[in-house]
Amino acid sequence: MKVLVAVKRVVDYNVKVRVKADGSDVDVANVKMSMNPFDEIAVEEAVRLKEAGKASEIVVVSMGVKQCEETLRTALAMGADRAILVETDTELQPLAVAKLLKAVADKEQPQLLIVGKQAIDDDANQTGQMAAALLGWAQGTFASKVDIAAETVDVIREIDGGLETVKLRLPAVVTADLRLNEPRFIKLPNIMAAKKKPLDKTSPADLGVDVAPRLKTLKVAEPAKRSAGIKVANAAELVAKLKNDAKVL
Amino acid sequence: MIYNAPVKEIRFVLNELAELTSVCSLPGYEDCSVELVDAILEEAAKFAEGVLAPINKQGDKGATLKDGEVTAAPGFKDAWQQYVESGWVGLRAPADFGGQGMPALVAIAAEEMWCSSNLAFSLAPLLTLGAVEAIHHHASEELKAVYLPRMSSGEWTGTMNLTEPQAGSDLAQVRSRAVPQADGSYLVTGQKIFITWGEHDMADNIVHLVLARLPDAPAGVKGISLFIVPKFLVNADGSLGARNDVRCVSLEHKLGIHGSPTAVMSFGDNGGAVGYLVGEANKGLGYMFTMMNHARLGVGVEGMSVSERAYQKAVEYARDRVQSRAIGSPDPSGVAIIKHPDIRRMLMTMRSQIEAQRALAFYTAAALDRASRHPVASEAARNQALVNFLIPIVKGWNTEQANELTSLAVQVHGGMGFIEETGVAQFYRDARITAIYEGTTGIQALDLIGRKTFSEGGATARALLDEARATAGKLEAAGYASMASNLQQAAAEAERCVAFILESFGTQPQLAAAGSVPFLKLMGIVLGGWQLGRAALIAREKLGEDGVDEDFLKAKITTARFFAEHLLPQVGGLAAAIVDGADSVLELDENLF
Repeated sequence: MKVLVAVKRVVDYNVKVRVKADGSDVDVANVKMSMNPFDEIAVEEAVRLKEAGKASEIVVVSMGVKQCEETLRTALAMGADRAILVETDTELQPLAVAKLLKAVADKEQPQLLIVGKQAIDDDANQTGQMAAALLGWAQGTFASKVDIAAETVDVIREIDGGLETVKLRLPAVVTADLRLNEPRFIKLPNIMAAKKKPLDKTSPADLGVDVAPRLKTLKVAEPAKRSAGIKVANAAELVAKLKNDAKVL
Repeated sequence: MIYNAPVKEIRFVLNELAELTSVCSLPGYEDCSVELVDAILEEAAKFAEGVLAPINKQGDKGATLKDGEVTAAPGFKDAWQQYVESGWVGLRAPADFGGQGMPALVAIAAEEMWCSSNLAFSLAPLLTLGAVEAIHHHASEELKAVYLPRMSSGEWTGTMNLTEPQAGSDLAQVRSRAVPQADGSYLVTGQKIFITWGEHDMADNIVHLVLARLPDAPAGVKGISLFIVPKFLVNADGSLGARNDVRCVSLEHKLGIHGSPTAVMSFGDNGGAVGYLVGEANKGLGYMFTMMNHARLGVGVEGMSVSERAYQKAVEYARDRVQSRAIGSPDPSGVAIIKHPDIRRMLMTMRSQIEAQRALAFYTAAALDRASRHPVASEAARNQALVNFLIPIVKGWNTEQANELTSLAVQVHGGMGFIEETGVAQFYRDARITAIYEGTTGIQALDLIGRKTFSEGGATARALLDEARATAGKLEAAGYASMASNLQQAAAEAERCVAFILESFGTQPQLAAAGSVPFLKLMGIVLGGWQLGRAALIAREKLGEDGVDEDFLKAKITTARFFAEHLLPQVGGLAAAIVDGADSVLELDENLF
């Protein structure tokens, strides 16, 4: 079984992001970038499937600027077999990524597409779902456990009310949640080996996909600073304040 | 306790000051590239931050000894397992025995992170690699085949058994004995002390390298041989056999690096430990010296790395701790202490010296790579001379300053710094050993004035000072007046001291020796100032490019200026002591001490 995994290059989770002075976007100049943590979980899951003998090949794909190559190399070092970079300088929105994923999936014909449930930069949480819809595949989102059978996959989903188990017919899309697994530390020899694994480059035009943004960002601003709290003397005062000042009761 | 690997800074030093690309172009390093090294740095940082740093504090509780068996500090065995599985032991181990054969320059960058995150832990791989190097260079093919693959992987660890109670800095006093057996092996008896990671439960086997004398050996340094003595004998099929006659009889109670068990090892209590001769008889000490450069460079990096960790902790505290109004401000409310000028002075003192030390250490590592791999013989020789001269300085200066800089980090914390729970005291205690082991600062300084300065007529010293002056000239042209003039003046003072050493060492060596440690520090400061001057010039040039990190580059320039204005002027005082101060060191009658 071939597994396709999509990875996104995002601002590293340790970085305290800053908004550009003109409020147009987040400032990513000279900021440490790394693989979206949920995508790391997606890659890890694919590698575990391969180690368990359930997957035969792992293809990892990323879309975006040239530097996404580094993110792909990381995925290769984790254990993916080969990589595809859909290179573009255009800002990519979830729908465009989903269309590109469909185009890549049409070509590669994987049985399983695993992506992170969302990216930690825009937190859109849309790409996996949109890709499933465009491909006409079943989807198991927010996965905390994936169990592959011959023609189906059981996915335990983390939902608001608890856990839900769904059985999907393959091919299917799975989006990885935090508890699916804990990504491994990369082994040094694998970093060296990753350099020699194949990495193909293509472009949205080659794939016949129009990636022009459909959404326009009007303004990016930092959340308002929290104002100082107050101490109340007793419960009665608290209720009064909640009623009269906060107007939440 | 949080550690943030300074990857951006490390990358700057690697790429700009130590010229990584030129090292990658040396024969045998073709697989190395800036992109690959970036990936290695990122993963090493993750490992150091995520696995080694969190167990550093619990490591301070120490390993435990029971019935001759040592249990490593909590968490260390698991961390070692992960370290081995991740393949980090082999980073600079020879490629023909399962290592990755990366340049010393790349290895040193990763080693900084191991040392910063957990100095006690980092000694296990460091000693193992030292043993690998000695075996690789000098042992027979048979011994290499048995021991190197499993040491390069970290499956087995290695130790260095040199010191005995009566033989510390003076190894001529070694008394351990080795008696040849009919099968070609030897039976080793004797006691060794201060054996780092001499016994532990992290690996399946421990390979001791032991200095001992053969029955017919001449007295002194020319009668010492080197032996491999494994904890478990190795069967012909490679499996582990009988327990060898070597025991850990005690663990030392130390000032710091408690996570690293320092063992007293007893060889041959029950007749003799089976050992195998490395190379030729009576050449053991020379063999140990071949890896001395790497080991001493490594300890210099240890000193700098502990300072870095202590600096990070001090900065974190200084940002967080609110105390007293800002001096000169009408606003009476307290401010974070990082706003107070003296706190800033302490932080800059740490930061500027750490950056200078890193630059000098990495520069030396690059020279080490060029010395061993440069295809042009004259270039290889020039780099070997640089290595020989710089090693005692990097070892001595970085570690002497580690005592001072970690002490400053405690000072920034005020009373809280004196409380163990705060954590900064551990760095202060851990740093203390670095100026002692692998040759004390005094030993380094003697090496520097004798073999490294006098014996070669001051050639390398003067070549380096010429380079410093050339950099000063460029600084002047760039408009950095204080950096230029202070570096120029410091180089002139250093030149005066070199002349003094050349003149006195041959006829009255005690005069040169009296000022040898001040001379080592002086050279550290001058060459550190030179490296930071280079960094400032590169940063200035890069500031003109698009998309660069301006804050980072401007900070480089300010840091270099601080060093030039606060550290370089110390050179004048040191020079006066070196040239004119020997008499008062020597005059007092011994009875009056």
